[in-house]
Amino acid sequence: MAESTEIKTGVTTTQEKEPLFGKKERILITDPLLDNNPITIQVLGVCSALAVTSLVYPSLVMSVAVVFVCAFSSLFTSLLRNTIPKAVRLIVQLVIIATLVTIVNEALKALNYPIYKQLSVYIGLIITNCIVMGRLEAFAMANKPWRSFLDGLGNGLGYGLILVAVGFVRELFGKGSLFAGSPIEWKIIGPSAEYTINTMSEGLGGTLFGWYANNNLMVLPAAAMFVIAVFIWIQRAWNPKLVDAS
Amino acid sequence: MSTKYIYTFGLIMTVVVALVLAGFKTLTADVAARNEDIFNKRQILAAIATPMAEAGQDVDALSDEAVLELFDNQVEQTVINAEGEIIEGTMAIEVDMEQEKKKDEADRLYPLYTVNLDGSNYYIMSVRGNGLWDAIWGNIALEDDLNTVAGVSFDHAGETPGLGAEIKDNQSWKNQFEGRKIYDDAGDFVSIVVRKGGARNPEHEVDGLSGATVTADGVTKMLYTGLKAYEPFLQDIDKASGMNLK
Repeated sequence: MAESTEIKTGVTTTQEKEPLFGKKERILITDPLLDNNPITIQVLGVCSALAVTSLVYPSLVMSVAVVFVCAFSSLFTSLLRNTIPKAVRLIVQLVIIATLVTIVNEALKALNYPIYKQLSVYIGLIITNCIVMGRLEAFAMANKPWRSFLDGLGNGLGYGLILVAVGFVRELFGKGSLFAGSPIEWKIIGPSAEYTINTMSEGLGGTLFGWYANNNLMVLPAAAMFVIAVFIWIQRAWNPKLVDAS
Repeated sequence: MSTKYIYTFGLIMTVVVALVLAGFKTLTADVAARNEDIFNKRQILAAIATPMAEAGQDVDALSDEAVLELFDNQVEQTVINAEGEIIEGTMAIEVDMEQEKKKDEADRLYPLYTVNLDGSNYYIMSVRGNGLWDAIWGNIALEDDLNTVAGVSFDHAGETPGLGAEIKDNQSWKNQFEGRKIYDDAGDFVSIVVRKGGARNPEHEVDGLSGATVTADGVTKMLYTGLKAYEPFLQDIDKASGMNLK
């Protein structure tokens, strides 16, 4: 009983204090993009960041999927936060995430089958993405729905930003193209219109920097590790406050 | 919170989630099935991309409707058994190679697609085997003489990007198959070998893929067993047409 009256008073006081999109709400979205980025600062969700980023387009689709799952699982968890039994809260969070991931999977099957084929394993693995569940435990279980939604959105976008940036570097130098597989596929550098590892036998000419031979290392998952590490380096050099003294 | 509350919460949650997912799945099932059908048919047509380009049709540029229409009007689907006899009443596209591979060799069914382009027939056969990590599969098109390869398309469940996955991504590697022959001059079945270190016999071998020896050997094995399964049928057509190549 005491609990419910507390919540009621909380609602009445916050209605005038909390604007829909105030400074605090803005920080919820912008903070995970840079200074508290889930990948480069918290080093979460790196597994899928290594696996899907060999091309920009799948990275983009994966990012959209994670943003959707992260934002809405935060929203639903926050809506249910006072009814979820504490003893089984992790299971309940997992069920919410798994439901949303299944919906994304089915939607992708209907909307873009080739991309579904390419990503299917990793879409399923969003369930185990530590960013999503981490935000539910750390934020959505203790905050109001709207702010939890924004927090989930921000963290999803922070993940997506790094994913697309890594995909950009890896595809450009690994395959000489951008957005391969999408309707706006764009071959930029390298010798021929067709992607090929044996570039030397194809002769020169065609696109920009016809002499460029694709860097096959960039196509391998290990390259994502290097690229993410360089991002982390640049970010910490630029903002020394982020350097972990220990 | 009592145990009863936890059980009730769990029960309600399960029912709600089940209803939501079942509903969503039903909603998207038709579109998803159509997409899968088109995706599979595109992979089959990819094996005759070169002859089709000569006939003035770009396989990659075909719209979804055009793919379905082409399959309805121009592709003759046959299902054959291990003895080379035609099985009536089923469409080749309905043969699930993954399921067939689990059966005994004598019970297996094999799909065959016959496409007539500019007066000459192309025979497309489906094969399935194992790569390094998981299953690989593909379609091989033979020309009118039932000996010369007109083109191939491969796909895989989980080969390494940049290495084993090249069997799907590397178009210039796949182009090598065109013009190779599956029978030697004496009329014996030799299939096509992916040779590590480079093809030595230009009639029956193609170059290996560096860094992907296991996948390449998997392709060799898949082609040998896969094409051999069609041999009884090919010899029947050969006799019936009176070509007597062998």
